[in-house]
Amino acid sequence: MSSRLAATREQLSYQGVSLGMMALIASAALVIASNATRLPIAAAEAHDLQTSLAQVLPAGFADNDMLADKLEISTSDGARKVIYRARKGGTISGAVFQSASRGYAGDVVVLIGVNTEGTLMGTRVIKHVETPGLGDKIELAKSKWILAFDGKSLAKLPADKWAVKKDGGVFDQFAGATITPRAVVKAVKSGLDFFATHRSEILQGDKP
Amino acid sequence: MTSSLRATMQDGLWTNNVVFSQMLALCPTMAVTTSGTNGLGMGLATTVVLVTSNMLVASIRHLVSPQVRIPIFVVLIATLVTLVDLSLNAWLHDLYKVLGLFIALIVVNCAILGRAEAFASKNSVLASAVDGLAMGLGFTAALTVIGLIRELIGSGTLFAQASLLLGPVFRFLETTVIPDYGGVLLMILPPGGFLVLGLLLAAKRAFELRPRNAKGAVSPEPTFA
Repeated sequence: MSSRLAATREQLSYQGVSLGMMALIASAALVIASNATRLPIAAAEAHDLQTSLAQVLPAGFADNDMLADKLEISTSDGARKVIYRARKGGTISGAVFQSASRGYAGDVVVLIGVNTEGTLMGTRVIKHVETPGLGDKIELAKSKWILAFDGKSLAKLPADKWAVKKDGGVFDQFAGATITPRAVVKAVKSGLDFFATHRSEILQGDKP
Repeated sequence: MTSSLRATMQDGLWTNNVVFSQMLALCPTMAVTTSGTNGLGMGLATTVVLVTSNMLVASIRHLVSPQVRIPIFVVLIATLVTLVDLSLNAWLHDLYKVLGLFIALIVVNCAILGRAEAFASKNSVLASAVDGLAMGLGFTAALTVIGLIRELIGSGTLFAQASLLLGPVFRFLETTVIPDYGGVLLMILPPGGFLVLGLLLAAKRAFELRPRNAKGAVSPEPTFA
């Protein structure tokens, strides 16, 4: 290192400018990276959503691009809910939407697929922060528990049976973890209630 | 030169191991070592960032005034981690879904800034790359060992879901040691991490301080940078 550089480095102006340059280079790099990755990231996320939509509906249930056929409905508490509609030959055959409920550590978000009668075609937990090894049995990767919802509907199962067995319902709880399955049951139930309330709105297929 | 690189390597892997000797980066260590796979994933992601950040810091070390070096290194590391995060999300999305959680945690890994400060700002680019690799691999080994012990006692498995991280070829790593095991929740929760870390630290110290035979060699004390 030359002594001239060493002397320059001691100057306050050099230090300020070098900090500024660093910030400028960092910001430029981030802007470039953000622009370059925006489309691939959006595509990857759309692909993820497509995959999860396909998981909660049986194969061959829909033949449309569900991502394009979405509908927004305002719920009673003012939030907006996105509903993806499944069509077969142009007729609406079902719908997929999210529902959430407070679990042990945070919100448990489930994705629900229903047919036009409001019968559950499939349910998956797509986001949760429950205790690993205890509450995470709600994931299909860890346990088949979540499949117990398939085929259930508000018509077939009275409202007081939508609970874990400990509370007099029909769904299993896990050893040592009751709050998490309780939250999932609640989320699914409220999702079905939402569908029942807005059924005519959702099934009103003006688009072919 | 070669012998000093070897010393750097040994330093990172054992003598001055990030977790077991420097006791740095304990936050990510406790948070992710609930399974061997998680430990391995975090370790590998950190290694990549550590090697890159060490090389970058070493290459600009003459230009940076000692008075403002810390903010410059912090900005550099934060930018680097964000770039890795965005690139993985865009182009290696499946890997990102497994590692994504860890990438954000790397920013707060003080070991990265620690190496920039203690090593890369004073050494050549090559030596810094080797140091980053050694420290990263040492960190990876420590996390994997802690993760495996917690996983074995906590859930009765080893390397569960390794194929998600490393690809289907590595499915053979996934072992269920104790079938139908109830699990010990304590080991999965943070206290388990502290317990395992404490026992491993004690074991390492005991090994280093073991009485030597005729050679009379004294084990090297860890040096704190």
